Amino acid sequence: MGRIAHAFENARNENRAALVIYLCAGDPDLSTTADLVVAAAESGADVIELGVPFSDPTADGPAIQRAAERSLAGGTTLAKVLDTVSAIRGRTDVPILLFGYYNPILSYGEQKLVDDAAQSGADGFLVVNLPPEESAGLRGPAVDKGLDFVPLVAPTSNPERIAQAASAATSFIYYVSMTGVTGSKAADLASASERAGALQRELGRPVAIGFGIKTKEDVSTVAPHVDGVVVGSAVVRTIEDAASPDEAVASVRALVSELAQGLGRR
Amino acid sequence: MRYVPRLMQPPEPVSGRYGPYGGRYVAETLMPALDELTHAYEESQGDPAFQAELGSLLHHYAGRETPTYFASRLSEELGSRIWLKREDLCHTGAHKVNNTIGQILLAKRMGKTRIIAETGAGQHGVATATACALMGLPCEVYMGAEDVRRQAPNVRRMELLGAEVHSVTSGSATLKDAMNEALRDWVTNVRTTHYCVGSVAGPHPYPLIVRDFQAVIGQEARAQMLEQAGRLPDAVVACVGGGSNAMGIFAGFIDDESVRLIGVEAAGEGIETGRHAAPLCEGDVGVLHGAKSYVLQTPDGQIKEAHSISAGLDYPGVGPEHAWLKDIGRATYVSVTDDAALDAFQQLCRTEGIIPALETSHAFAYLPAVAKELGSDADILVCLSGRGDKDLETVLQKLKERG
Ligand SMILES: Cc1ncc(COP(=O)(O)O)c(C=O)c1O
Repeated sequence: MGRIAHAFENARNENRAALVIYLCAGDPDLSTTADLVVAAAESGADVIELGVPFSDPTADGPAIQRAAERSLAGGTTLAKVLDTVSAIRGRTDVPILLFGYYNPILSYGEQKLVDDAAQSGADGFLVVNLPPEESAGLRGPAVDKGLDFVPLVAPTSNPERIAQAASAATSFIYYVSMTGVTGSKAADLASASERAGALQRELGRPVAIGFGIKTKEDVSTVAPHVDGVVVGSAVVRTIEDAASPDEAVASVRALVSELAQGLGRR
Repeated sequence: MRYVPRLMQPPEPVSGRYGPYGGRYVAETLMPALDELTHAYEESQGDPAFQAELGSLLHHYAGRETPTYFASRLSEELGSRIWLKREDLCHTGAHKVNNTIGQILLAKRMGKTRIIAETGAGQHGVATATACALMGLPCEVYMGAEDVRRQAPNVRRMELLGAEVHSVTSGSATLKDAMNEALRDWVTNVRTTHYCVGSVAGPHPYPLIVRDFQAVIGQEARAQMLEQAGRLPDAVVACVGGGSNAMGIFAGFIDDESVRLIGVEAAGEGIETGRHAAPLCEGDVGVLHGAKSYVLQTPDGQIKEAHSISAGLDYPGVGPEHAWLKDIGRATYVSVTDDAALDAFQQLCRTEGIIPALETSHAFAYLPAVAKELGSDADILVCLSGRGDKDLETVLQKLKERG
């Protein structure tokens, strides 16, 4: 069992959902990213989605777009993100899921990326614009190396596509709570998480729900229904609002601790 | 037992491949909509009522068929026989309307109640707004702020036609960024909205659908050449932004091996300056806006900004079928600079009394090279993809700068 599956199982054994925290690598800089990952893990994050910035993030709203722009302006590359993961591995074992868009991966080389990611201590991939149909070139090598491939299911996915995602999944499935980009206001988290919960029962594998989850209250709305809860834009905004890297680390620590209080099953 | 991975193989890649190019690299949320569109398109192909309605609108509303015209004075200057396929005479002033009438009919067939589009030069935006006004659907168009500035007349036209124009300020504030925003809108409103893509780019089935709706250019031109010239052309030349007017005219000749197909990209300020929009000539294989093709990108896989005097060519990607035609050698792709396009623009005005779009002027700028190679006994067919009224301000400004 990989680290990610293990983290989900741990959370279940503690009768709570797992907390998945998104951070954009290189925002505000890569050394702070390492501190942020450690701080999030120490404050209750079970899994880190480490965003690899891309110039044209078509599935992201303004907050994560700006974070990616700042990161790229600072010279972040996929290779440097992997170096950062290596550096983090001396400090924490929190599972790290590399999260991004396909072109930087294709440009790096899929097999080489899998080799280097495994070497760095990363745990898997979630690629927003790589549906199961197009994923063989990355997923095959990843599975061979024991890395996870996390597929997405959307509110628009039909039963056929859901089955397809389930068969591509190696640990959890990411359920997108609504049609929209990251950071949008969720219309109805309660019913979205019920759908995600039904999906989880039907597929017999863990589902994490993301998009539109910002506060401890949001977390406690969805946590009873699913095995994982993803918070992204709210974390990225906290970092954006901080006056210094130290303040960003402190604010993320506070935010993640608070979010973690909403994870219980009741 | 819930956590044991089931390592079944994922399905084969979707159809819509041109060799290794094309495909569907989009968010899961959009995948069902692409299936729905593919299905609706396939059904419409076999539906005589749909075909009749499309044909009737193209004829009575858009003004097809467009003429193929022998440009005698330009021929004299260049030294080969030059023929112009007059897409500038289509309603709205460019070939774009061939595609938008088709797609908006499809949108109605799918029961969509709202239309969005991206636009660079504004010609696709105008053509979409026009088809939406014609069929009574609300329309919103995303346009880079830089293009809003340099194609102002088309912004006014879209607004008069009832469309809402969103000025996009992110990134380079041009066509690429407009397409990003359109995709963000679509992923949000996909249940009610059809995204009317303006070129042979984007995820499958768009490159297929747009090519098929534009293929009327090549089909007409082939018959017209046989009738008027008594033979097929030796070469067909078209400008390439996303590649829709070029694919449309190439489609008519693709099986005629004797006919050379030449696509002209924008070399901007010069290939050597790095400020250009020539992915087929200078790019690498990558994935942008849902398809694999040639893309301008950094060594780290970040998309580079394109540069061209012409808003409709100012795009770092290109349709996947062109990538394939390049690789198999069926078409050749070249590039010409802003300056050469400006010269060709003036030449066509002067010799034939036709003001071409700046996009189109790129095709004309490469004609001297083709004519020189093929000589006086050759027939060269050019896709005159659009008229240049929208570009007057840009052109006059540039000519003043050049002195
Ligand atoms: C007149 C004209 N020609 C050509 C183009 C370039 O598009 P494509 O390469 O899809 O034909 C445009 C795009 O705006 C245009 O307006």
